[in-house]
Amino acid sequence: MQINVTDQNGKRHELEAIEGWQIMEIIRDYGLPIKAECGGSCCCATCHVYVTGDWLDKLYPMRDDEDDMLDETFDREDNSRLSCQLIMSEELDGIELTLSDGARP
Amino acid sequence: MSEAIKTDVIIIGAGPCGLFNVFELGLLDLKCHLVDILDRPGGQCAELYPEKPIYDIPAWPVISGQELTDRLMEQIAPFNPVFHFNQMASELKKLDNGHWQLKTDADTVLEAPVIVISAGGGSFMPKKPPIPGLEEYEGKSVFYSVRQMEAFRDHDLVIAGGGDSALDWALNLQPLVKSLTLVHRRDDFRAAPDSVNKMRALVADGKMKLVIGNIKQVTGENGQVESLSVKTKDQGDIDLSCSRFLAFYGLTMKLGPVAEFGLNLHENLIPVDTEKFQTSEPGIFAVGDINYYPGKLKLILSGFHEAALMAQEAFRIIHPDKKLRFQYTTSSSDLQNKLGVNDKDAA
Ligand SMILES: Cc1cc2nc3c(=O)[nH]c(=O)nc-3n(C[C@H](O)[C@H](O)[C@H](O)COP(=O)(O)OP(=O)(O)OC[C@H]3O[C@@H](n4cnc5c(N)ncnc54)[C@H](O)[C@@H]3O)c2cc1C
Ligand code: FES
Repeated sequence: MQINVTDQNGKRHELEAIEGWQIMEIIRDYGLPIKAECGGSCCCATCHVYVTGDWLDKLYPMRDDEDDMLDETFDREDNSRLSCQLIMSEELDGIELTLSDGARP
Repeated sequence: MSEAIKTDVIIIGAGPCGLFNVFELGLLDLKCHLVDILDRPGGQCAELYPEKPIYDIPAWPVISGQELTDRLMEQIAPFNPVFHFNQMASELKKLDNGHWQLKTDADTVLEAPVIVISAGGGSFMPKKPPIPGLEEYEGKSVFYSVRQMEAFRDHDLVIAGGGDSALDWALNLQPLVKSLTLVHRRDDFRAAPDSVNKMRALVADGKMKLVIGNIKQVTGENGQVESLSVKTKDQGDIDLSCSRFLAFYGLTMKLGPVAEFGLNLHENLIPVDTEKFQTSEPGIFAVGDINYYPGKLKLILSGFHEAALMAQEAFRIIHPDKKLRFQYTTSSSDLQNKLGVNDKDAA
C-alpha cells in the first residue's frame, strides 16, 4: 500500500502506508514537514492537506468538528481535509495528497 | 523598571507539568511564581482539549483535560503559588549574586536562584491571517486579544472568527463601540450556542453586522487601519471601513523567547539529564513536554516524575547547607502540616 504526498516545495514523495494508521501519522513517520500539533485529535488543523481529483469522493465524509477546524485555516479549498481524520485503508491505496502551507512545522 | 519580586523558584508555563512542579517543590518548602501567556492554568489540557477524556493518568481511569487542571490547582493550593497570567516570559539573565532574573513582556521582573522551564510545546500564540502588510498595524489598531475593553470604546470595530473568543468579545464590546461587524468564513459557528443566539439577536436588531467571507486586504496609514476588503460569496468583494480590527483565528504553539535563553537545544527541545532534569545551565531545569532525553515520552505522567526529581536538586541549590530528608506524605506529620491536613493543626 502506498500514498503519494507532494510537500510544500512541490516535491512528490511515495510513502509506504500502513492500514489502519491515520494518514497524518504516516506522513509524520516519514519525516515530511507536517506539524500535527494536537497529535491527531482534530483540534489544531496543522495536518491540513489537499486531496487530488477523484480521490476526494473515496474518502469518508467530513464530520462537523473537522469542518470547524478547517475553518480556522487560511488556505482552505474545496478539496481540503485534515489528514489525521483520514484512516488508511485498501481503497485509498495510491491516494494523491498535497501538504498545505499551514501544516508546515 | 518595576521592583524585582524575589522567590525560590520561577516556573515558566502553567500546564499540567508546570503545576505539579509547585507540589513537589512545595513539599520541600520552596515557594513558586508561575508565568504563562494564557489567561488561565492548564496549558494544552485547558486550551486544546478541555472536554476530551484522558485515560492514562495513574489512579484516574478517566479524567478530562479541564478536570485534571482543576484537580491539580486544588492539590497545589496549600502552597499558595503566585500566577502571572497573560504574560510572556521573555528575557532571562544571570545576576552577579548567581540568581536568575526573568522579565516578562508586561514588565514583571522576577528573581530566584532556580528556574524551571515547563514551556510544553511552546508558548501559545495567536494564528495570524495571511493578509499582506498586516504587521504594520499590529499593536496599533489591529489586535489578537483584548487587554483593556476601554481601548475599543467609540471605535468602528471589525472582529474576525467563529469560535468562543470571537463571539464572547463581540458580545462584550458591542455596547461600547460605535459600530461592530463580525466576519466569519461560514454562516456556522463553533462558539457556544447561547453566544451564537445572542449574536444573531443583535444582528436582527440592527445593532451589529454579520458578514460571511474572507478578509483579503487591509488599507490604512501609519499603523491606523481604515478599511478591510472582504471576499464574500454572494456580494463579491466588499470594503468594510473600520478603525479597529480584532482577529481570533485560534492559537498555535511556538517555542518563542525560550529559544533565546542561551540553553542548548535539540530540535526545539531542551536536553536535560535524567537524574535532576537540569539543562546545560546549572539552576535551570526543564520538566514536561519541553525537555529531551533518550527515551523521552511526551506524557503528562513523565512530567510528574521529572518534577519530583527536579525538586530534590532545586532544594540543594537553594539550601546548600540543609540536609534533605526523604519522607512519605502518608506518614510524615511535617509534610501533612505543609499540606494543611494534619489533624492536630485543624483542631
Ligand atoms: C489533543 C491532545 C491529547 C492528549 N492526550 C494525552 C493523554 O491522553 N495522556 C497524556 O499523558 N498526554 C496527552 N497529551 C499530551 C499532554 O497534554 C502534554 O504532555 C502536556 O500538556 C504537557 O504539559 P506541560 O506542562 O509540559 O506543557 P503544556 O501543557 O504545553 O503547557 C505549557 C505552557 O507554557 C506556556 N508557555 C510556554 N512558553 C512560555 C513563555 N515563554 N512565556 C509564558 N508562557 C509560556 C504555554 O502557554 C503553555 O500554557 C495530549 C495532548 C493533546 C494536544
Ligand atoms: S493533527 Fe491536529 S487536527 Fe490533525
